[in-house]
Amino acid sequence: MEFNFSEDQQLLQQAVRDFLEGECTPAAVRELWETETGRSKTFWSQLAEIGVPGLLVPEDDGGLGMDERDMVLVLEEAGRAALAEPVISTAAVGVPLLVELGELGQSGLTKKWLGPVASGEAILAVGHAQSPFVADAHVADLLLLPQDQDLHAVERGDVTLTAQPSNDQSQRLFSVDWSPSEKTCVAQGTEGAALQGAAFDRGVLACAAEQLGVGQQLIDMAALYTSQRQQFGVAIGTFQAVKHRLANAKVQVEYARAVVYRAAHSVATGSPQRSTDVSMAKVMAGEAALFASKEALQVHGAIGYTYEQDLHIWMKRAWSLDLAFGTSAWHRARLADAIIDGQAPASAFGYCAPGS
Amino acid sequence: MDLTYTPEQENFRQEARQWLEANVPSEPLASFDTPEGFEAHRQWEHKLNSGGWAMVPWPVEYGGRGANLLEWLIFEEEYYRVGAPGRVNQNGIFLLGPTIMEYGSPEQKVRFLPKMASSEEVWAQGWSEPNAGSDMANIQATAIADGDAYVINGQKTWASRGAYAHWLFGMFRTDPESSRHHGLTFILVPLDTPGITVRPIEKINGKKAFAEVFFDNARVPLDNRLGEEGQGWSVAMATAGFERGLMLRSPSRFQNTARKLVELYRKTLAAGGFVDPALRDRVTRCWVEAEAYTLNTYQTVSRLMAGDKIGAEASLNKIFWSELDIRMHEAALSLLGARAELRPGAPGADGVDDWLDGFIFALAGPIYAGTNEIQRNIIAERILGMPRK
Repeated sequence: MEFNFSEDQQLLQQAVRDFLEGECTPAAVRELWETETGRSKTFWSQLAEIGVPGLLVPEDDGGLGMDERDMVLVLEEAGRAALAEPVISTAAVGVPLLVELGELGQSGLTKKWLGPVASGEAILAVGHAQSPFVADAHVADLLLLPQDQDLHAVERGDVTLTAQPSNDQSQRLFSVDWSPSEKTCVAQGTEGAALQGAAFDRGVLACAAEQLGVGQQLIDMAALYTSQRQQFGVAIGTFQAVKHRLANAKVQVEYARAVVYRAAHSVATGSPQRSTDVSMAKVMAGEAALFASKEALQVHGAIGYTYEQDLHIWMKRAWSLDLAFGTSAWHRARLADAIIDGQAPASAFGYCAPGS
Repeated sequence: MDLTYTPEQENFRQEARQWLEANVPSEPLASFDTPEGFEAHRQWEHKLNSGGWAMVPWPVEYGGRGANLLEWLIFEEEYYRVGAPGRVNQNGIFLLGPTIMEYGSPEQKVRFLPKMASSEEVWAQGWSEPNAGSDMANIQATAIADGDAYVINGQKTWASRGAYAHWLFGMFRTDPESSRHHGLTFILVPLDTPGITVRPIEKINGKKAFAEVFFDNARVPLDNRLGEEGQGWSVAMATAGFERGLMLRSPSRFQNTARKLVELYRKTLAAGGFVDPALRDRVTRCWVEAEAYTLNTYQTVSRLMAGDKIGAEASLNKIFWSELDIRMHEAALSLLGARAELRPGAPGADGVDDWLDGFIFALAGPIYAGTNEIQRNIIAERILGMPRK
């Protein structure tokens, strides 16, 4: 039983943090908002140098061969920096889906795409049943799309996209018009459904990890601002009414943290409780980030409500991530089905350990 | 990160489970805040200690089992799973014990720890005074050195377990010229010392859970000082850390409550009648939050075992478990509906369990061990770096 991350994992997290602190500044995020794609080829190739897109790509295919326990810390940093690049769609969800497809006989597809993804030359987009839209479809070279139980792999040239402008300018959503065919189908029936389910759960985990970073960043910004802003001759952060709002947000973020890390462990090890664990992570981290966004705005006052102040970059992330890969409400309903009706395995960690 | 138990840990669990299942009293004991319940709980502690299970993480020479913190968590899981009695000496074993382990002299360890593990000596807390509640640095009770003894005068209040305990630990002002957190000393006081008067205080359910303690020239040996004279504040902060943190409130306590709550929900629904539709979500949230508390504790234990220390994070802990405990009991009372009001023993109280008493007890959580308002100040100032003034 070991809950700590290894030194290597912490070094990877630090490397990503250092890179993003230097490059993914609020000014850089805003600059990308004004571009057509909202994505930066430069960012992506720099992230590829650190190994981010290929983190879950097997070493033989040119990746780092790591698992979700490594990825979770990288995604937390992506959330902290409000990084808009398609880390979730490509690195966290698309890659493992391709790997699993390879294991099921689609090795041609897997071999064709994993290498270019790891090197940063190709981008993936993945659709799922909880959303009518596909994120990052406009920059994707390959789209993995569900059709009932089946799963299809469609190249960019074979789809028609309609942009769905989103409140969070970092998010780029599209309706995808495409024709499923025998040629595009890569997994069918229960096999296809199982792949969709696993891919969806990976997306849920990835959102939760980003939400942790977003929540923490909102608290840090608010703590800093209220320590500097003076009213009545003192920093407003001296007032308990202000302190307690941020302390409450901190409690929520910290009690989401271990839940998210456990979910990463469950996904990486293929636990039978995977779906329950990722839902729990997204509910806890998502609600923590939403709560932090409200409290951070309130203690900023009017300045936090302006476009000029950077707070809304993260507020909008908190809102959009809450709706991505299943809303909090949807996940709470899934948890109730598991915990109360016993429809899916749910552990009481330790308390009902094996053998009980 | 590897969240699976080793074979040794599984064996430890089996060993604990077998002993507990064979020895836990078949009937619940009376409340330890009654004279007969207090004695019954001490007898249980005696039995637990004879089996070597009273204080599993302590070294063997002090009455423990020499287990690590992870094994302690496993033991706690089995303890709550089997429905074993509450720990009457929790002030001693969970709060003072670890403090003595850190600050006590070798003689003090031998003198106090084994009798604490066996509950031969049950401990009360002596922090608060009439004018030193949240503002604990305003302690006025004095302990003035005179020859081989401290002469103690003043008053303590809200002394948990004070009504029946044998000893009290607390902070006293040894330097009468001092103020605030300077000049305070941590002293261990036998409550049968001449000059001490204990007046029990009934809590809102009428049970004598705490007491006022009056000191009138009570002489306590100088050797009963824990840590250095004038360093009482630092010693007390260590104790408070244990109280807010993982020792006092191990996660299995809340997991057990959450499990009972889910069962109560299912039972209530199956019995027909009206169930507030919002309760499905409330019960689910409680279960999820108990799980979150557990995972957080495991993470903390991993950190501690790797040599880290926990500081102000204990305040996050205290807010989370104390407020979760209330939410869980409120949900249960909502499920019980009209019967939630029935005292145990009422003819219609079959199946209402001890949710009402649990609720009343839970209400104290955000107040004791430093109010949650104080904890929020600590989080803001010491974790988030917000200004004190």
